[in-house]
Parts: sequence; structure tokens; C-alpha cells
Amino acid sequence: MHANNLLLLLLAFAAAAFYVGRGRANHIAKLAGGSRQLHSLPDYHGHYTALCCGLPAVLLLILWIIFSGHVISAMVLDSLPAGQFLGDPGGRELLANKIANIAQGVLPKANQPAILVAAAEELNRLTQISRWSVTALASCVSLVGLIWARSRITPELQSRPRVEASIKYALFFCACVAVFTTFGIIFSVLFESLQFFQSVPVVDFIFGLEWSPQTAIRDDQVGSSGSFGAVPLFVGTLLVSAVAMVVAVPIGLMSAIFLGEYAHKSVRAYAKPALEVLAGIPTVVYGFFAALTVAPFLRDLGQGYGFSVSSESALAAGLVMGVMIIPFISSLSDDVITAVPQSLRDGSLAMGATHSETVIRVVIPAALPGIVAGIMLAISRAIGETMIVVMASGLAANMTFNPLDSVTTVTVQIVTLLTGDQEFDSPKTLAAFALGLVLFLITLILNIIALKVVKRFREQYE
Amino acid sequence: MSKEPIYLEKIQRSLVGRYRAERAFRGCGMLAVSLGLAAVLLVFVDIFIKGTGAFSATYIALDVTYEKDLLGIENLADQRQVNSGDWEALYKQALRRDFPDIRKRGERRKLYALVSSAAGYDIKDRLLANPGLLGSKETLWILADDDIDSYYKSWLDGNAYTARLTDGQIRVLDTLINTERMQLHFNANFLTRGDSREPEQAGIWGAVIGSFLTLMLTLVLSFPVGIAAAVYLEEFAPKNKVTDFIEVNINNLAAVPSIIFGLLGLAIFINLFQIPRSIPVVGGLVLAVMTLPTIIITSRAAIKSVPPSIREAALGMGASRNQMVLHHVLPLALPGMLTGAIIGMARALGETAPLLMIGMVAFIVDIPAGFMDPATVLPVQIFLWADSPERAFIEKTSAAIMVLLGFLVTMNISAVWLRKRLERRW
Repeated sequence: MHANNLLLLLLAFAAAAFYVGRGRANHIAKLAGGSRQLHSLPDYHGHYTALCCGLPAVLLLILWIIFSGHVISAMVLDSLPAGQFLGDPGGRELLANKIANIAQGVLPKANQPAILVAAAEELNRLTQISRWSVTALASCVSLVGLIWARSRITPELQSRPRVEASIKYALFFCACVAVFTTFGIIFSVLFESLQFFQSVPVVDFIFGLEWSPQTAIRDDQVGSSGSFGAVPLFVGTLLVSAVAMVVAVPIGLMSAIFLGEYAHKSVRAYAKPALEVLAGIPTVVYGFFAALTVAPFLRDLGQGYGFSVSSESALAAGLVMGVMIIPFISSLSDDVITAVPQSLRDGSLAMGATHSETVIRVVIPAALPGIVAGIMLAISRAIGETMIVVMASGLAANMTFNPLDSVTTVTVQIVTLLTGDQEFDSPKTLAAFALGLVLFLITLILNIIALKVVKRFREQYE
Repeated sequence: MSKEPIYLEKIQRSLVGRYRAERAFRGCGMLAVSLGLAAVLLVFVDIFIKGTGAFSATYIALDVTYEKDLLGIENLADQRQVNSGDWEALYKQALRRDFPDIRKRGERRKLYALVSSAAGYDIKDRLLANPGLLGSKETLWILADDDIDSYYKSWLDGNAYTARLTDGQIRVLDTLINTERMQLHFNANFLTRGDSREPEQAGIWGAVIGSFLTLMLTLVLSFPVGIAAAVYLEEFAPKNKVTDFIEVNINNLAAVPSIIFGLLGLAIFINLFQIPRSIPVVGGLVLAVMTLPTIIITSRAAIKSVPPSIREAALGMGASRNQMVLHHVLPLALPGMLTGAIIGMARALGETAPLLMIGMVAFIVDIPAGFMDPATVLPVQIFLWADSPERAFIEKTSAAIMVLLGFLVTMNISAVWLRKRLERRW
């Protein structure tokens, strides 16, 4: 039986077990003189029975799903004569794939070597056997669980605490998914990066000044030096992010100040959500806007004044990215500015300061840690932003601080290295993971510092 | 005492400048807000102007005769004859008849190129739906090629765009326009078809379905897990290092760049678990992992907003902690959680970068029928079209963006509506 169907069957068993358990509990309660004689409500006995019936069987099924494929293919490969796969692990995997394809009918049997066809048939046979045996085994386990749990139901059985404890474990497991994700990220990025650093030294990667990831297929190929110095990418990322922050910080901060300190309530009620629309627009839309509207406009504008502006300039990508980040900065600063106690403002105004002097000399200094934290979060977002730069900035790794030139960024390189077909052992693909590691670490550090600053700041007024 | 008037005078004098600074500061604030709002407006107007054209397409009226000999078909019920029929011959013959003075082979080919390469299939569908037409003659509106579409639309705007068209083709087009045999019709193809290399045949339906499947999976995976995690952290978690560690992880994950989740998906789901590329399952998994922190954070806020008196009342009546949470806290917090889930889904709908990593950028013509079919999603479709060199794709891209923004606006408005409608103030 197929795994999905088996899962449904087991769930049906568990549902039936619930009714069996509850019925049993009701029956016992009647004999003992009413459900008050039971330790737990009949429903809990039902849930308990369902858990005993379903949980072990489902766990068994999961283990089978994870391991059976590997075990069966290993058994089939071992049954082949040793000469078939040259001994290296890659060849073994390839052969396993080929046999699996023959077995599934993807490859026609007609023109394959007889020995592989036989292996494919063996694979099919073993798969059938394993499917039937897991069906039988899981059904047995769930039935045994059901009978065992049913036989245990007595007025004294404490099923409620058991059921509740298992719910709590399930909730804890769900909460841990976030931790698994973090470990998954670290594992995947770090593991591939370490492999990358075996072929390219860390120092060359971090301090190298030349980036051209095309490795040569033939030795005499031109222009494929395959050098992995990431400094041009860092410079490009910094340049684009800097342009973005130059746009976003003043506009975001000033909007927050204006909406929080000056604007009439009704203006604020409409202007604030309208600004936040900017945060809801998908980045791919910004990318399209940057590449097809802003970049040509800047190029034509530059031509009018005699500048040569690249059509993939860092300026265009940065400008649009800045627009995207405006609401991010404005809402974070708004939070901290409104958190500044009114008494500080009143004190300053009472001393005769104008409103703007109060804002500049009292409110902003008081809110500064929060604003700085917000800006750091914004920088981390600008560094990690992908689509705008993929669509609007270039691929050539130029070392330049001129925003009118074309630059490339870390995220652009990750995307270009990893889209399309790739094999996992070439340094070109692994380089993307190394860049991902750098990106992850930088944003992580920025976030941790920012969160710390925000936390410390909040404690001052509460 | 005697110095006082001097101070006063000094202050009086400085007041002019200080008030000026005040006005300037206020003006700066107003300017900043206006710039932000102008940016919103600019993006929307720009997309709207570029995109509206894609909802109509240029059609050419041709007198098509369904000749049996020309088609090579005797019986429409015979599947083999239908498949081998020369459907393109029908519109080619109609074009030849309308423009008999074009005789050279190269020019003829240019003439045929005025009509979309899908026109043959359209005629086939038309005839198969009405088999009685075989042998008769009728005027059909036939889909024009994308270059013609660009030409006609720009001609309507008064500034004809002629690149890639030959002089002969333009003469033919002008004849068609003057005899009113060229018209804009509603572009149903755009909303009902999958992707295509030919802009006039390309549609977003495949991407919409792909997005729908992916988001369904994202919701099914991340919503229950997110709620469970939030309930654990708010109601059950002891105050210890483990809980702290989980919380730090969630907060950090919420700020990790989305492309990193793409790397996770590539290395773990595709490389380690051997899930095939390009399918909604993998996209849904990656987006679920990505939206999980957002959903946990909003769900926690919703649970926090349930007043403690409710919990104490339930516990006071003898409910266990589980019963208190399941029977009282969760139902009250659910509207807030749903709002958070919708906002999380809206973000997942607009996400592109991680999906590029897991191969959802493939060129897929067929409309996905299930979770295991190769698919692309709306934002990735936009990315792919934005990369295409054909001019007509600019229009398509903008129109696809309009559809995407339409979905996002609907989702966000429904979230706001839900919050207003269902959320209680305590």
C-alpha cells in the first residue's frame, strides 16, 4: 500500500480507537455508577486510546519512509556483480538512479543491459514486499495499541494528564521548529561553505580583489580564471545599500517626525497606512520599476547633463531600494518617538524652545538608541534584499565607489550562481553558499545588536 | 537688572531666525511625507499605464474557408486526421486571397507572420466545437502577432512603433487598419493560458494556479505549527534557558534575508531529501519555513491580548491548563491569529528570491494540476517576463503585476476587515 493511503488508514484506525475508548469508558462508568466515578472524562479515555493506537504506528511509518528506499536500493546494488560500478561512490549513485528509472518505466526496458533490467525487477519486487510488510506491521502495531489501551481503561486510569502531557510535547515540538530551521540554515550553509573553502582558501575569498566565478571547462579557455575574491561584491553591496540608506533615512525619519509631532490626527490616520503600502509591494515589482522606469530615466537624465550613467547603475537600484525601506524606518522610528514621554516635550516647550528645537534637542536624543537600532535593521534588510538588485543592477564585479557605474552584489551573485542546473561539487555552486554564509552572519550580527539596543532602550521608560 | 533689556532684545532678534528654522523643519517633514506618498503614487501609476494594454489584444478579421482539401481532413471525428490537419493553411489562404499582389516567398512569409503562431489552434478549436462549419466560409477574428499588437496599440496612441516590421508588412497593416479589419478585443488568453515564448499567447493562469497551490501548502504547514508554537511559548513554556533560546531563534529568523531560506531549501529539501525541483511542494515548504516566525510573532500578540481574567476564571472553575487554552483562550485569540496568517500569506505571495533558488524559474507552459507538477508562481512569472527581450512582454509584466497587486490588496483589506469585525477590545 502506498505511504499516503497507509497514513490515512492509520488515521482512520485512530479515529475508530477514539470511539472504542470512549465507549469503553462510558460502559465502565455506568458499571461504577456514573461518569463522576472516573478519574478523567470519557473523551480523554477516547483520546488516550487513539494516541496509543495511532502514535507508534505513525512513527513506524515515518521511519520506514525515511529508510526503506535507501535500504532497498543498497540491497539491490549489493546483489549486482562488483564490476558494474567502478567502485567510486558517484557511479554507485548513478547506477541506483538508472535502476530506479528502469523500474518506474521512465527508461524503456528494451535497450538496457539484461543485468540492469533484472536488478530493476528485483527492486520492484523488494519494494512490493516492503510495502506490504509495513502495511501489515503498522496495522498490527495500531491494533495492539488499541487493545492494550482499551484493556487499561479503569475508573482509576489517569488519561487526562497523559493526553495533556502529549499535547504539551507536541506544542513544544512545534516551538522547536524555529530552532530546527536555524540549525538547518547553519548546517546547509556552513557545510557547503566548508567544502568550498577546501578548494578556495578563506583569506582569498574574504580579501581577494577579483571575482570571476566562471571556471574553465577546457584548460585553454579564455576569460575563465575562476577567481573567488569577494571584495568587489562587498563593495557593490555596500554601495547600493549606502545609496538606499541616503534615500530612506532622511525621508523615513522626517516622515515619522512630521506624522508623530506635527501632523493633524486625520492626516496621520491616512498618511501612515498610505506610506506603509510601500512595505507591502513585492520586491519583484520594485525590481521591475527600477529596471524599466528609474534606470532608463537616470540614464537619459545623465546624458542630458553629459554624465555617462550605466543603464544598470547602482544609483537606480539604490534609489528604489531606499523607497522600499522608507516605511520600515518610519514605522520603527515612529514607535520610539511616540514612546518618548510627553513630560520631556512639555518641559522643553515650557522653557521657551520652539517645537523643532524640542524635537531636535530633546525628543531625538531620547529616542536615538531606538532610531539607531531601526536603521541597523534597515541596513540588514538592504544588504539581504535580492530582487531589486537582481533585476536592476549588473553582473560585472566592478570595484568602484561611483554610484553611476554598474556594480554587482552578494545576493545577485548567489542568484546567478544557483539558478539553472548546477552540480554540487563545483566551487562555482559552493561559492554561492559561502556568500550566503557571509550574508547570514552579517545580517545576524546586525539584528542581534539592534535587538539588544532596542531592549535596553525600552527599559528606560517602562 | 540693567542688562535685561539687552537680553530681551537679543532674544527678540533671534526669534525671527528661530521661527524660520521652525518653518523650515516643518516643511522638511511635509516634504518627506509627500515624497513618500509620491513614490507610492508613481509606482502604481507607472505600472497601471504600462499594464492596461495587456488586457486587450489585437485581432485581425480574415475570411476563412474551411476547405476539406486544404485541411486534408474528410471526417472531423477521426482523431488522426484532425491531428495531422494543416490548420495553418486556412488563415494563410485567407491572407493570400486578401493580398493577392504579394507573391515572393520571403514576402509571403512576412505576411503569414502577421498572425500569431497559435492562430491555427484557435481555428481548430473553433471548427471542432462547430463541426457543421466544415466546407463553409466565415469571417473570423484571428489573434495577431505580438509585434503587430505593439504596432497597432502604438498607432492608436498616435505614435506608431515600427521596429522589427518590414515596409511591406506596414503597408499590409495600414490596409487592414483602413478597412477596419484590425481591432482590439478583450485578451482572454492573458487570464486563461499558461506561459509562452510568444507574448501574444502568454498568460498568467498557470502562475496563478502555481501560486495558489504553493500558498495552500504554506498555509497548511505554517498556520497550525505557528499557532502551536505561539500557544506553547505564551501559555506553557517555563521561564528557562531553553525557552529563551527558542525565542531568540524566532526573533532572528524573522529578520533573516529571504534568499537564505532559498539556500536552506536547496541544500536540505532538494539536495538532502531529494524532493524534485520546481514543484509547489518544495516552494510551499520553503515559504512555510520563511513565514513561520511572522505567524508565531503575530499569534503570540493575539494570545497576549486575551485578558488574564478569562484564564483565571477558567482555571477557577476547575479547568485544566489545556482546557483553559483550548476552550477559552484560543477561540478568543483566533481572529487576531487569522489576521496575522493572512498578512503572512500576503508576504509569501509576493516572495520571489527563495523560489529562484529551488528551481521555480523553469519555463512551464502547462497549467499545474497538482502539488507534484512543475509550476511557477506569479512573482517569479513577473521576474521571467521582465527579463524577456520582447517589447510586448513589458506590457504583460505590468499587467501581471497589476493582478498580483490586486490579490495583495484584497488579502490585506480582508485582514483589516477581519480585524475590525472580529477582534474584541477588552
